[in-house]
Amino acid sequence: MNTQLLIQLLVNGLVVGTLYGVVAMSFVLIYKATQVVNFAQGELLLVGAWVCWWLLTKYQVPFYLGMPITLVFMFLFGIAIQIVILRPMIGEPIISVIMVTIALSTVFSALMKWMFGVNLQPFPRIFQTQNVNILGLQVQTVYLMSLAVSVAMMVGMAWFFRLSKYGLAMRATAFNQQVAQSLGISVKSVFAMAWAISATVSAVAGVVVAVVNGVSAGLSAYGVKVFPAAILGGLDSVGGAVLGGIIIGLLENVAHFLDSEYLHWGNLYEIAPFYALIIILMIKPYGLFGTKDIERV
Amino acid sequence: MAGQTLIPAGDFRTSYAADTTVFPTTTSRNAMIAGIVLVCFAPHVVNEYILSLLIQIGIFGIAALGLNIVVGFTGQISIGHAAFFGFGAFTSAYLSNRFGIPVFFCIPLAGVVTAAVGLVFGLPAARLKGLYLAIATLAAQYILLDFFARAEWFTGGSVPASAEPFSIFGYMLRGDKQYFYVVLAYVIVCYLLVTNLIRSRDGRALVAVRDHYLSAEIMGINLTKYRTLSFGLAAFFAGVGGALYAHYNQVVSNEGFGIDRSIIFLAMIIIGGLGSIMGTLMGTAFMVLLPESMEWLSVALRDSPIDQFLGLKNNIAFLREMAIGVIIIVFLVFEPDGLAHRWRQIKAYWKLYPFSH
Repeated sequence: MNTQLLIQLLVNGLVVGTLYGVVAMSFVLIYKATQVVNFAQGELLLVGAWVCWWLLTKYQVPFYLGMPITLVFMFLFGIAIQIVILRPMIGEPIISVIMVTIALSTVFSALMKWMFGVNLQPFPRIFQTQNVNILGLQVQTVYLMSLAVSVAMMVGMAWFFRLSKYGLAMRATAFNQQVAQSLGISVKSVFAMAWAISATVSAVAGVVVAVVNGVSAGLSAYGVKVFPAAILGGLDSVGGAVLGGIIIGLLENVAHFLDSEYLHWGNLYEIAPFYALIIILMIKPYGLFGTKDIERV
Repeated sequence: MAGQTLIPAGDFRTSYAADTTVFPTTTSRNAMIAGIVLVCFAPHVVNEYILSLLIQIGIFGIAALGLNIVVGFTGQISIGHAAFFGFGAFTSAYLSNRFGIPVFFCIPLAGVVTAAVGLVFGLPAARLKGLYLAIATLAAQYILLDFFARAEWFTGGSVPASAEPFSIFGYMLRGDKQYFYVVLAYVIVCYLLVTNLIRSRDGRALVAVRDHYLSAEIMGINLTKYRTLSFGLAAFFAGVGGALYAHYNQVVSNEGFGIDRSIIFLAMIIIGGLGSIMGTLMGTAFMVLLPESMEWLSVALRDSPIDQFLGLKNNIAFLREMAIGVIIIVFLVFEPDGLAHRWRQIKAYWKLYPFSH
């Protein structure tokens, strides 16, 4: 048994898992606030990463300036999507809404390929030192940064929902739209804000992944991995999404370990989350922390 | 009421039989028969390229019809249809290569095997609904694609599997011209089958599940049975379409059964009209002709300023992908009932032509 590899993969899984958690969190945010299942979440990551890459390489903007510009752009981008495309869909059947987000993901991924090409583009170097030695384990600096950023975003999100006025308004809207509206909350702006925050948070995750792996069309795969994570945690639980993301990240890497050490099936790494997804849906469709849907006639 | 020749000015149906009849007037029935006869002459009139487009419309039309049973009639969403389409293609190739079964029998057999697989993945459908189901079918798509890449005994792995040409009682059909009639026969049979399915008790049960599943259950419709059944049926037609596709190309590779193909299938039924049988065929024709017409447009615009600005030659693939997404959004926002609805409006306009009010 290769302990060194196992530990390396577990660290890897934790880092990737927290990123999944962050993306799943922004996915759940949209679902909770607006009842829209966003199949274009991965493309939000992609757009954010490309915009940041573009600023940094084409215009030589320093990172500390390029990142905020990207985030502002994504904030406005999220609002724009909500107003232009999702707002006319309010009240339409769920199939139509799902289809619109699927179509959006097609449009965005094709647009990005058209504008920036299909090749992997390396991200400009941000850190001077490549590796940090922690307890005798070589850890890449970008991994540490990724972990720190993810945790910071989770804490920020928790603060936003627990303590800020706007976060409370969003929670009220998620709980009951009519009651929220009668209390003077503008449901329209809450919807737009949910998309804006989700797009911004996704863009941060996208940039982090881009710094680690470079930017390419494959980045949107993170959007697909969101589903196992969000389903495992429960579709309407923000905390559950984070936990689900970490579990899926670890599961992927454990599958990778078992595969490379014992099974030699190849590619188990990529497909394991989907088997997990089917099993979860069979046993516990509402996830670990999701609210069970009870219907009365 | 089958004796009428023209559409009556109002609703004068007096029996259930008149309400569920396939052709409301004799004219519509004769027009359909005349249309099919006309299409039979197509291989002798049109050139090879248009013939291949017609064959594609037929093949994808059958698979899209299956998807319309699930999405349009039963109201369950499925994002994994292309994987079933691929499964049918591989199954038919495998059956004819491995066991030497004549291709004539392989195609329906592939449909049956694919239906069995569809039932397995439809089992979660019995418990889930709406978006949970969408996500489950998404997982099915990835799992089946992984299976295609993994199961070399079945699909040939990275080497594309070869499929025998279509033969009937020892007589080998060669070329598109003859294959066209095979596809046409399958299209007619499949569309007739589904039209009659929707008129039957089972078909009405599917529609009831879509319209209000709680009411349907209270009326004694077994939800589990009909949800799973609709998945099985959808997979059956996907399998038949896939098998026809395999024997048309005579080679089945791993490419072309991904999620993008599933999205195109969904686009076909949305553009045609959810829950409309003839609309499915219209939507399929639209989606097959859309990329082709973009190709024609890019050829026509070669070296013009637009071409230089967009870089059409290198980017046509991305523009095509984008067009598919944009078309879906446009139809969902502006014409959610699809082309079938538009067609009905045109008919209604001409029915009362000079005095439309």
